Amino acid sequence: MNDDELNEKYKEWNRKTKEIIKKYPERGEFKTTWGEKTKRLYTPLDVKDYSRIGFPGEYPFTRGVQPTMYRGKLWTMRQYAGFGNALESNKRYKYLLEQGQSGLSVAFDLPTQIGYDSDDPHSLGEIGKVGVAIDSLSDMEILFDGIPLDKVSTSMTINSTASILLAMYMVVGEKQGVSREKLRGTIQNDILKEYIARGTYIYPPRPSMRIITNIFEFCSKEMPLWNTISISGYHIREAGADAVQEVAFTLADGIEYVKAAVEAGLNPNTFGKRLSFFFASHNDFFEEIAKFRAARRMWAKIMKEQFGVTVPSAMRLKFHTQTSGSTLTAQQPDNNITRVTLQALAAVLGGTQSLHTNSRDEALALPTEESVRIALRTQQIIAYESGVSKTVDPLAGSYYVESLTDSIEKRAFDYIDKIEKMGGMVKAIEAGYVQQEISNRAYDYQKAIESKKQIVVGVNKFTSEEEAPKSTLKIGDTAEKEQIKKLRILKKTRDNEKVTNALKRLEESAKSDENIMYPIVDAVKVYATVGEISNVMRKVFGEYKESIML
Amino acid sequence: MIKVMIAKPGLDGHDRGAKVVARALRDAGMEVIYTGIRQTPEQIVQSAVDEDVDILGISILSGAHMKLIPRILDLLKSKGSNMPVFVGGIIPKEDAEKLKALGVAEVYGPGAPTSEIAEQVKRFVEHSST
Repeated sequence: MNDDELNEKYKEWNRKTKEIIKKYPERGEFKTTWGEKTKRLYTPLDVKDYSRIGFPGEYPFTRGVQPTMYRGKLWTMRQYAGFGNALESNKRYKYLLEQGQSGLSVAFDLPTQIGYDSDDPHSLGEIGKVGVAIDSLSDMEILFDGIPLDKVSTSMTINSTASILLAMYMVVGEKQGVSREKLRGTIQNDILKEYIARGTYIYPPRPSMRIITNIFEFCSKEMPLWNTISISGYHIREAGADAVQEVAFTLADGIEYVKAAVEAGLNPNTFGKRLSFFFASHNDFFEEIAKFRAARRMWAKIMKEQFGVTVPSAMRLKFHTQTSGSTLTAQQPDNNITRVTLQALAAVLGGTQSLHTNSRDEALALPTEESVRIALRTQQIIAYESGVSKTVDPLAGSYYVESLTDSIEKRAFDYIDKIEKMGGMVKAIEAGYVQQEISNRAYDYQKAIESKKQIVVGVNKFTSEEEAPKSTLKIGDTAEKEQIKKLRILKKTRDNEKVTNALKRLEESAKSDENIMYPIVDAVKVYATVGEISNVMRKVFGEYKESIML
Repeated sequence: MIKVMIAKPGLDGHDRGAKVVARALRDAGMEVIYTGIRQTPEQIVQSAVDEDVDILGISILSGAHMKLIPRILDLLKSKGSNMPVFVGGIIPKEDAEKLKALGVAEVYGPGAPTSEIAEQVKRFVEHSST
C-alpha cells in the first residue's frame, strides 16, 4: 500500500469511526502531558522518515548507545542509599551488594552537599538525614571500608562540593592500593540544575562553572575512566517540568557545560565520552520511552553539528534513570510498587544504562530495608522474567512511539533555541526563566489533580479508609551527636599546621586561574574538612542568592 | 486580607510543594510572602514578625523537622507572637502528632488538596484572632 492509498483508507476508517462515536462517545479528550492532542490512531503516515531512527550503536543513536544493549550486559542496578553515619551506610552498601546490586550510589546529607561541617549551626537537624554525613577523609575511609574500589563503580550525588568528595574518593582508593586511573564511577557535578531545581548551590554560577571545568580537566589527565558529570533532568522533572521541558532544559545545561569545557581548551571528542546524563521515569509509559529515545538522538545531533564532534562514542548520550519520587503517594503506599514497576519498565524500554527504583514508602519516610529489597527485586523481575531484554529497542517502529519521539525532539529543540537566543542557560537561569516555566507547570498539574482532570489512584479516586501506618525507618539523634564528637576529636588530633598551610595554598589557587583540584586533593589528604575547604572558596567566590519566583 | 508567610527552614531545597501551596493561597485571595529556601529559624521568625503576618506555613522534606520546627515555635513564643503555624512535607505520623501537641495547627502530607489547606488556613486565622 503506498501513502496515497493508505491515506484514503485512513480517511475512510476515520469516517466510519466517527459514526460509531456518535452512538458510543469516547471517554473524553486525550492529551500528552505537555498538552499536545493525542490522536485516536497512529499509522505509518505519522512516521514518514524511518532513516531518522537508524541502528543501535550508530549515529543518531535513537535505538540505543550499544549495538547489543541488554543482550550483552544488563543495565546496572544501582539503588541510591546512605543515611546516618559512615558506618551505618557502609553496612547498607554491603547488604545491597550481597543482594545482587551491581554498583553503589552514595547519598550525602545536606550539610555535606552544601559545604558545612556537622558542627556548623547551619547543620542543625540535618546531619545524616537525607544521606550520609561526611566531614573529612576519615569518614570516607569508613564509608568504603571493605568495599573493593577496583571492583565496584560508585556514583556520588554531589554537586557544589563534588571536587572535595571526588578528591576524598581518589585518596581512599589509593589507600586501598587502587590507583586513580583505575577508579570507575560518576559524580553528579551538575550545578546548573541546582540553581533551577535542587537547591544545593553554594557559589554564584560563574565560579561554579570554573570549578566544574577544573574537574573535567583534572579527570581527563588523572582519572580517565571517571564520568565527570551527570547532567540531570531528574530534579527538573521532579520540580514539576513535563517530559519536553525535562529533555530541553537538561540538554541546554549540557550545551552550557560543553561550551565551558571547549573554552577551557578541552577537546569535545575526548571529554564528550565522559559526560553522562540522569533522567526521571514518570507515569506516562509511552511518552517516557519516547523521551529517552528523543534525548539520545538530540544529543548526538548537538555534539556532531554544534560542537563538530567526529568520534561517535563522544556523541552518545548514556544515562541513569530513577523512577519518580513525586508520583509516589502517601495514601495506599503499596500501590507505589506498581507505579515503580511501570516507570522502571519504561526506563528499560527506553534503553537506560543504570536504574534506581524507588521504594514504596518514600512519600512517608526514608525507605526501610524491606522496601528497598522489593524495589531492587522489581528490577530483577524485569531483567530476568519479563523477556523485554531479549532484543534491542523493541518498540522502534511503533507508529505512536516514533511519532512521540519526533514530537518531543521538535518541541525540546524549540525550547533550546529560545534559551540560546537568551544567551544560554546561565543567563536563562539568572533571569529566572527556567524556574518560572517549571513552577507554572507544577501548579497546572496540582490544579489538574484537584479538578480531577488528572486521576491519582488512592488520592482523588478509589480512596479508602486510612490504613495503619507501616513501620518506617527512623534516624535518631545519636548519629548527629556522635558525628559532631568525632569531628571535634579529629580537629584536635590532626596536624593543624599542615591543614592551615593546605588551606592557604587553596585560597591562592582559587584566586588565580590554576586548576583548583590539585590543592583540594592536598587539603583532603591532611584531613581538612568539607566545611573548611568550602569556606575558603566562599571567601574567594562569594555565595549565590536565589531569585525568588512564584 | 489574610497575610501568610510560607517558609523553608534548614538546608532542604525541595521547594515544589512550598511554591504550589503559596500560589494556591494567593489564588484563594490571600497575600503570600515566600521566603525562598535555606532560611534559619531565626530569619523566619524575624521576618514573620516584621511582616506582621497572620499565619506561618513551614515546608520541610529533609527530615530535620523535629529540630527546626520546635525551635521556630520557641522563637515565636519568645517574641510574644501567637500566630498559628502549619506544616507541610514528609512528616511521619508520630512526629506530626508530637508537632501538633507542641502547638502546630495542622500537618499536611503528600496529596493534601490545596483547596482544603486554603480553607483551613482561613479558619486557623479566624480562631487565632478571636
